[in-house]
Amino acid sequence: MIDLGPYASFIATSYLAALLVVVLLIGWIALDYRAQKARLRALEQSGISRRSGRSATEIR
Amino acid sequence: MSFLDLANPSRFLTLAARLLPWLAAITIALLAAGLYMSATAPDDYQQGATVKIMFIHVPNAWLSMFVWGIMSVASLGTLVWRHPLADVAAKAAAPIGASFTFLALVTGSLWGRPMWGTYWEWDARLTSVLILFLMYLGLIALWRAVEDPSRAARAAAVLTLVGAINLPIIKFSVDWWNTLHQPASVMRMGGSTLDNAFLIPLLVMAIAFSFLFVTLHVAAMRNEILRRRVRSLQMQQARGYASDIPAGTAPNAAQSQIAGAA
Repeated sequence: MIDLGPYASFIATSYLAALLVVVLLIGWIALDYRAQKARLRALEQSGISRRSGRSATEIR
Repeated sequence: MSFLDLANPSRFLTLAARLLPWLAAITIALLAAGLYMSATAPDDYQQGATVKIMFIHVPNAWLSMFVWGIMSVASLGTLVWRHPLADVAAKAAAPIGASFTFLALVTGSLWGRPMWGTYWEWDARLTSVLILFLMYLGLIALWRAVEDPSRAARAAAVLTLVGAINLPIIKFSVDWWNTLHQPASVMRMGGSTLDNAFLIPLLVMAIAFSFLFVTLHVAAMRNEILRRRVRSLQMQQARGYASDIPAGTAPNAAQSQIAGAA
């Protein structure tokens, strides 16, 4: 176990804050990606297509 | 694929799909190495173990300015070259930059309490970074407030370039004014004053956070391109509905007002 001395709570809080913010960022970006893909799929299923004729959800 | 090919959003999406797994893997490996080196770094003779806060505070502080720098270059791309992805890049970077700036402020505050005896001091470095954070929030609000992306892009680009004046103020604030914050100890004339026991973990963490930014930025740009496709298809759908309504049957503005008054 690492000895963080008398200010362990400040060190631990700093690392936990960084972890929390990074996890929230990753989660927000991942959920946003799923939401945009779902909206595009719904639009395509309703018969709306891009002028190029290619699928809007097709990326690869 | 040349650099100019990336101006095509579809080609960017293809490249992003290929790159993202590799970028994520490199980021995880670098973060694991950086965290291990941070945990095993020796205590400082004055600060003790609180020096470990430096390994996350400094990379976030560097990135808070670097991301605004990236957004400034992208803003030039929007205003001068009208590059199709320039505004997408700037808009996608803003929430990530705001997060790094928030973390720089929070971790700096948590480092300041045991070392300076206070969480906050209205000195030049801390205040200029707080202003940077508020500018990030302002830009995000501006993008959300203006519905037309092209109008929002130009306004945001001008604001970003004006805000870039704050970057040298942040960097040199510790030299220009008498501040509580220490002067530069890594990026300075004459080389770093840090011992390698601290410098190497710090640089590994800085590279790891930089890769984290690139990974998140590419993913956020991909989302923004998809969001604009959704908007474009929704407008196409709305135009389709409008053309389906026979002439003379749609309520005009005057009729609507009369109906409202009644």
